[in-house]
Amino acid sequence: MITFDAVTKAFPGGTVAVDNLSIELPTGQITVFVGPSGCGKTTSLRMINRLIEPTSGTISIDGEDVTKQDAAVLRRKIGYVIQHAGLFPHRTVQDNIATVPLLNGVNKKQARENAVELLGRVGLDASMATRYPAQLSGGQQQRVGVARALAADPPVMLMDEPFSAVDPIVRDGLQKEFLRLQAEVGKTIAFVTHDIDEAIKLGDTVAVFREGGHLAQVGTPQELLDDPADDFVADFVGRDRGFRGLSFVTAEGLEVEPVQTYVDGVRGVRLLLDDAGRPRGWTVNGSDDVRAITGTFTKQDSLRLVTDLAISSPAGVAVRVDGDGVADGAATHASIADHLADARRESAG
Amino acid sequence: MITPVPLFNYFGFLLDPANWGWSDGSIPQRLVEHLGYTVLAVLIAAAIALPIGLLIGHTNRGAFLAINIGNAGRALPTFGLLSLMVVLMGTGLVPALIALVVLAVPPILASTYAGIRAVDRSAVDAAVGMGMRPTEVLFRAEVPMALPLIMSGLRSSTLQVCATATVAAYVGLGGLGRFLIDGLARNQYDQVFAGAVLVAALAIALDLAGAGLERAVVSPGVRQRGSARRGRRRGARSTDTSTQEAPTASTAG
Repeated sequence: MITFDAVTKAFPGGTVAVDNLSIELPTGQITVFVGPSGCGKTTSLRMINRLIEPTSGTISIDGEDVTKQDAAVLRRKIGYVIQHAGLFPHRTVQDNIATVPLLNGVNKKQARENAVELLGRVGLDASMATRYPAQLSGGQQQRVGVARALAADPPVMLMDEPFSAVDPIVRDGLQKEFLRLQAEVGKTIAFVTHDIDEAIKLGDTVAVFREGGHLAQVGTPQELLDDPADDFVADFVGRDRGFRGLSFVTAEGLEVEPVQTYVDGVRGVRLLLDDAGRPRGWTVNGSDDVRAITGTFTKQDSLRLVTDLAISSPAGVAVRVDGDGVADGAATHASIADHLADARRESAG
Repeated sequence: MITPVPLFNYFGFLLDPANWGWSDGSIPQRLVEHLGYTVLAVLIAAAIALPIGLLIGHTNRGAFLAINIGNAGRALPTFGLLSLMVVLMGTGLVPALIALVVLAVPPILASTYAGIRAVDRSAVDAAVGMGMRPTEVLFRAEVPMALPLIMSGLRSSTLQVCATATVAAYVGLGGLGRFLIDGLARNQYDQVFAGAVLVAALAIALDLAGAGLERAVVSPGVRQRGSARRGRRRGARSTDTSTQEAPTASTAG
């Protein structure tokens, strides 16, 4: 657990970057610091590994005050990932990953073997081990950055906007793999981002900062969406927070209608199935052009996805599939609305 | 009226086998002397300029003063400085070396400082954040990344010193300058010509040796020319939609 106790950071010249911050980052969980620029989120992060020293207050990791430890020794026990990866261009990928183990005196052969193994865990091929960072794409560099932070198996990781410098598609892939990896390793992670969507997607806990280094609200993503503490948080979370809240509801209890009903759907739209019963696409008004199916959902997917599929499909219907990809139900706008109404009654009563 | 000297005369001195033996004033001996002055001056200059350049680059303090003193040194005419040194100290190796070192320091100092400052700040931030101590940051991160520039400073300094070390002959020392001075004094233009060609040849040989050294010590990942840099440009534009994407650059090149 990382604990901030009444931490204040004032820079020379009087700017107060962080003002009397007290927050606990639970062990084994991702805590996201989110807020507009200049809100003190990065300063707070950098005080954990003493890249910035607090003006007053204490930060402790598992009860130990960080300022009482040798800074270099402390940092080697904390994984550090930054925006542009910050890889060493003169070192190969494997030697980049082996940086902290080598500083700790692990022999080179052992450190490199571990590095190659880590490459696999972050989804890169072992053949990348001997390349130089300049030969990798931005997304690949960022994966190497994550592997490098994990190399010495630190209990704590600090991540400063690690996925902001890559394009949205790559970012989405990196975020998913990051969550998968975290499910395996269970690190205590402090994660800084300015992107509320990323915060909601990744955070077990989200701490919303406002200008001047004040904490506006701390809570689970759902709490933030359902019950923002004030106008600032509501505004920051965004106007579509109701829709985004659907991300936390699964389609498990959603009533679906049989697929056959919609073989002849609205306005002459037909759903085409292949011989095994898997959805292939839509045809409109008997035309031979098949519009590829935009997507399907399973019971584990979120209601947000279901709603989006229903809106974007030409028939106003989202197709549910089972584990084999065979269509086994269709959700209409009406069934989604009923499901939401049920959920509301349950939470109210 | 000047009578043109027949062309073959230019090569007379250079091609005379008698001048290629090992004796006092022979070509090999002058080459070794010249090489000696050059290497000695560059080594002393490096011993002065590298630590200062690393220090001001790493701390980013005192750069203005150091670089300006260095550039003032560059503006001093070496021959004038040498004459002053001889007046103050008499003839000998030391005044000549001082003059050459003053010439050699500025390129090394400026490029070392610039090299360290040009290092990617995010890589340095990562180095510190991962627990490198200041000397480790300098020698494991900053210096290897700055090496291409540091090496180019050393090479250009070597070239300048090699060309200028001919002044040593003016103060009674050896080196290839002897051929220029003695040749001019005796109207033996083939000897002057030999001196000029040999200085140029030595400079080229030294620069090639510098290029070889650079290849040996600079990581392929930061080499200025060649594949890594092309890879970076291409890599920066590409996006990875999956981990299976094609390599962005090959090492061949």
